Amino acid sequence: MSTILAVLGDFGEGIEFLLKERESVSGGVQIGGPAEMAAFGATHMLVSVAAVLIACALAIPLSLWLGHIGRGDFLATATSNVGRAVPSLALLAFFISFIGLGYTNVISVLVLLAIPPLITSTYVGMRQVDRDTVDAARGQGMTGLEIVRKVELPLALPTIFGGLRIAAVTVVATATIAPLANVQTLGEPILTPQTYGVVGQIGASILVASITLLIDFLFARLQRAVTPKGLKLTGEAPAKGPRFSFPTRRRLRST
Amino acid sequence: MSRFVLAQLKIEKPGGSGSCVADNDFCPEWIAENLDRYWTPLLEHLFLTIVPVVIGFAIAMGLAVLAHRRRWLTGPIVTVTGIFFAIPSVAAFFLLQPITGLGYTTAIVALVSYTLLIIFRNITNGLRNVPAETRDAAVGQGLTDRQLLTRVELPMAVPEIMAGLRIATSTTVGLAALAVFAGAGGLGSEILTDRYFKSNVVVAGGLAVLLAAVLDLALLGLQRLLTPWQRARA
Repeated sequence: MSTILAVLGDFGEGIEFLLKERESVSGGVQIGGPAEMAAFGATHMLVSVAAVLIACALAIPLSLWLGHIGRGDFLATATSNVGRAVPSLALLAFFISFIGLGYTNVISVLVLLAIPPLITSTYVGMRQVDRDTVDAARGQGMTGLEIVRKVELPLALPTIFGGLRIAAVTVVATATIAPLANVQTLGEPILTPQTYGVVGQIGASILVASITLLIDFLFARLQRAVTPKGLKLTGEAPAKGPRFSFPTRRRLRST
Repeated sequence: MSRFVLAQLKIEKPGGSGSCVADNDFCPEWIAENLDRYWTPLLEHLFLTIVPVVIGFAIAMGLAVLAHRRRWLTGPIVTVTGIFFAIPSVAAFFLLQPITGLGYTTAIVALVSYTLLIIFRNITNGLRNVPAETRDAAVGQGLTDRQLLTRVELPMAVPEIMAGLRIATSTTVGLAALAVFAGAGGLGSEILTDRYFKSNVVVAGGLAVLLAAVLDLALLGLQRLLTPWQRARA
């Protein structure tokens, strides 16, 4: 084991930091090891899950309704443009300086970052449902609510989950800088090299990157799982697409 | 590395001695007096945005043309760039640290890797959405594969390519604020150093948003220049 880690050089030392406790750079305290990482990881997941759930509760019902009635083009484009342009660090610093430190503020920042992709994807997902399909449903006598529940929502789900995936990855990534607001997530070893040293920075980075990739992968699977069979058959699957199986439409090849 | 530690240890008292600054209120006077100290970080931020987007565009264009010829490459390219896209930039800086050290290069490499998926996907979508009849007409006129690409497909894909560039640019402005953790400066370094000082946070954050807006407008203007036929239609 240790020989393998030695071959990996700095990365090996980073992994060792995750696996075994050691004395801190400044001395006196024990740092690293599975116990401390688990504590940081639990905080990291707590703020992330809370933020994504709150953001979903706030953004999805509203944009489902806007998508259903077909109003909100402006809202959908404006939130996504503004959401991209505001740096996460600036938003966090804004909350730190104006409101204060702590869990509530970190979660608020993460919620604000998660909302734009959710609004955009839900709205776009609802709007790109084939109008003929909706008309057919209405012709069969479905009420507005039934159309949303039985027709539009199932067809929009893959796109909504695409947005959810981006929101989740953004939130988990940004939770890394939460220690600036005194919330000790997995970013703690990265942001306090005085205590954790370069080894801690690399180790924690390996862990954060692995967790984000795992979440990205899980949401990709989830996105595929919620894609209705009909969409899979026609290959019309979501515009943004499950990232690991890009929808390709066959065209006649001209020679 | 050294710069990062310095940023952490530097306890910088906000300039000026007015009670507004001492009370940490929002101080327009302080901002007016100290605006010039944001000039260098703003320029650094501009470079940290433009350089990665230009390099990312060049790489993504190469990959997209390759994937356009060999369709089966699309999947693997999307998977790999998707992995780059998902890795948090702060983690990416320290994963690159053993290889490139900390500093400008590290920040650029990480930011480039982040733009690839966005730009690649938009170029391939743009190329794919060229109507089959248009392509047939071009082939019927005797255009070779290369001419088809440069004279028909790429020009027709310009709106989607530019959309990708705009998304990539505003995303990079936001991420470049994190480049301070790689020791590459930018507006993020101003934000981080005096993050408890309201006026500073508002100015530095506001400048970043402003930069994103200006760059977005510039790209929009460029798109109009590149697609005169769309203006004629509208």
